[in-house]
Amino acid sequence: MTRTPLRPLARILQARAAGENPDVIERENLRVRHEEIQDRARSRAEGRLLFMGVVFFAAFALIGARMGVLSASQPEEPKIAASGAQILAQRADITDRNGRVLATNMLTHALYAQPRDMVDPKGTAAKLAKIFPDLNADTLERRFTDGRSFLWVKKVLSPEQLQAVHEIGDPGLYFGPREMRLYPNGKLAAHVLGGASFGAEGVNSAEVIGTAGIEKAMDARLRDPAQGDQPLALSIDLTVQAAVEEVLSAGMIMMNAKGAAAVLMDVKTGEILALASLPDFDPNDRPQPLLIGDPGDSPLFNRAVQGVYELGSTFKIFAIAQALELGLVNPETLVDANAPMYWGKFKINEFEGHNYGPKLSVTDIITKSSNVGTAHVALMIGGLRQQAFLKSLGMFDATPVELIEAPGARPIIPKRWPDIVTITASYGHGVAASPLHLAAAYATIANGGITVKPTLLHNAPHAPGIRVISQTVATQAVGMLRNVVTKGTASMGDVPGYAVGGKTGTAEKPRRNGRGYIKDKVVNTFASVFPTNNPQYVLIVTLDEPVETTGPKPRRTAGWTAVPVAAEVIRRAAPLLGLRPEVEVVPAQAITVSAN
Amino acid sequence: MRPVIFIVAAVAVMGLAFWAYRENYATQVALKDVSRLQAEIADLREALAVQRAEWAYLNRPARLRELTDANFDRLGLLPLEPGQFGQIGQVAYPTADLPKITSPVDVIGTREEAFP
Repeated sequence: MTRTPLRPLARILQARAAGENPDVIERENLRVRHEEIQDRARSRAEGRLLFMGVVFFAAFALIGARMGVLSASQPEEPKIAASGAQILAQRADITDRNGRVLATNMLTHALYAQPRDMVDPKGTAAKLAKIFPDLNADTLERRFTDGRSFLWVKKVLSPEQLQAVHEIGDPGLYFGPREMRLYPNGKLAAHVLGGASFGAEGVNSAEVIGTAGIEKAMDARLRDPAQGDQPLALSIDLTVQAAVEEVLSAGMIMMNAKGAAAVLMDVKTGEILALASLPDFDPNDRPQPLLIGDPGDSPLFNRAVQGVYELGSTFKIFAIAQALELGLVNPETLVDANAPMYWGKFKINEFEGHNYGPKLSVTDIITKSSNVGTAHVALMIGGLRQQAFLKSLGMFDATPVELIEAPGARPIIPKRWPDIVTITASYGHGVAASPLHLAAAYATIANGGITVKPTLLHNAPHAPGIRVISQTVATQAVGMLRNVVTKGTASMGDVPGYAVGGKTGTAEKPRRNGRGYIKDKVVNTFASVFPTNNPQYVLIVTLDEPVETTGPKPRRTAGWTAVPVAAEVIRRAAPLLGLRPEVEVVPAQAITVSAN
Repeated sequence: MRPVIFIVAAVAVMGLAFWAYRENYATQVALKDVSRLQAEIADLREALAVQRAEWAYLNRPARLRELTDANFDRLGLLPLEPGQFGQIGQVAYPTADLPKITSPVDVIGTREEAFP
């Protein structure tokens, strides 16, 4: 580009010669130059705008075209991606702590009919009724011919039934694939597993939903497609559970009880190794809930979790442990235990009208299970502190265990807490809780005073518990529990090598109308800790209305019913838990050797 | 020069078209193969699940208990007892074969506890 000078000399000289102002020429030239610059800038800006316009148009056209293609095309699974197990199983398996299967899925078929395609409705109905004894030929025929176009005949078929239906050969019968929940162990751990059934049903598939127990409580986890191929590992040990159920069932029959429950729990982690409730049921064929009568008598009722009973003297250790923690007493302190004790218009008796008084040491109160002694200790503590302590042990709230039934089983606590309630609550009357509550509270004592949250999940992360009593007091309390077995009310509970400690509890059942108690209907409980020299497990055994009839008159105390059963459970279960029996070291007698 | 370039380009296009044709069919065969294999994997997984369920069913504690009871005279199996735990010290150390005693010697021993 040639640059024209603003003051060309030739024109300036000319203009000067003509007497004109040469500045006019300079201004003119400057104007021309500015116009040229403007033109160039404008055309460049226009070019850029056009370019941007084209780019944006292309981009939007591309997005639009892609959206159009996506909306118009058929959805299709990617063919090349590898398939996972979750494509097959819509519900995760449940295993025990060692990976043994407790619940799994099986592919079966459902049978449905489209009567319009049927060739011979009458014959088909007759043949179906022959294959399935629970179907009625006449009803089926009526339903095949009343004009409907679709009906379900059977929700699940076994392979043999499938073949038999195939052999009928009617074109109006169809099979839909079904995933069925299967509990291969039958009745084992029935109350933990609960059961499952079909939710929304379609021809090609059906939803499997949990109906009770952990199947319902963990429904979201079990149905989560992202975790479909990872089984849910429970803290239950299949072998231990089987042994506990076997012994408990034999014990229930031997003690003429109408029900029984047992909870075996690890005191460090709160993991429940066995949770049994009898009578039980088969989760593969879950019975209907009772419509008349007491739902507590149904086999579906989980006595260990839902059964809220007055647990009797097993509560005494809480009052004693708290008094020790508060420094009100020490294990050797003598406490007034002169029975009967009068409090206002109430009279507090010992078992069978005994009198262990006039004074008992705190250790002997537990060993002899003295109501009066415990009452005096509880009065020293006072109602407010007692309530706070029981609350910290979890006795006032529903247990946090992963069962759908657990939140509904709230302990029964009196609304007001006068001194008489302080007295009765200290020996487990007027306050009702489930065996699982008791297991958690005993685990807290056995765990050195740090609270434990019961759980059914193996290796689940758990928040550290809070300390409610000191290690020293916890050790003293466990020592007292050991005393109960060695020289107290639970002498049948001794299992050589395992240093069992525990507390018996016998509570009469309250009358339905809420007035008083039924004398010959009791709930016997034995809450035990083993081995006491290094507590690892807590076992609660509860028998409902047991009676031991080998003696001259029927015996209904826990020492005669629940304790022997619990001892047998420990004898069977402890070796399975890998607990090595230890010979208790008796302190050697001091022998003085005198040399001659 | 120009005709040569045209001819080379035409040959290249034909070659590429042939290659693309073959690749297309090879891909379709591979996809069919994959879906067949996936169906097979699904079948095997189903069979595996059934066998796992069957294994669990056949090994259920109730059945094992019945079997041990039924075959008690042959197997003699009893529940595990606390007394069956042993110490490693209770296991006899395998004895090396001692050499034959050729010349007997008299040995007088004293028990330590006899002389406190």
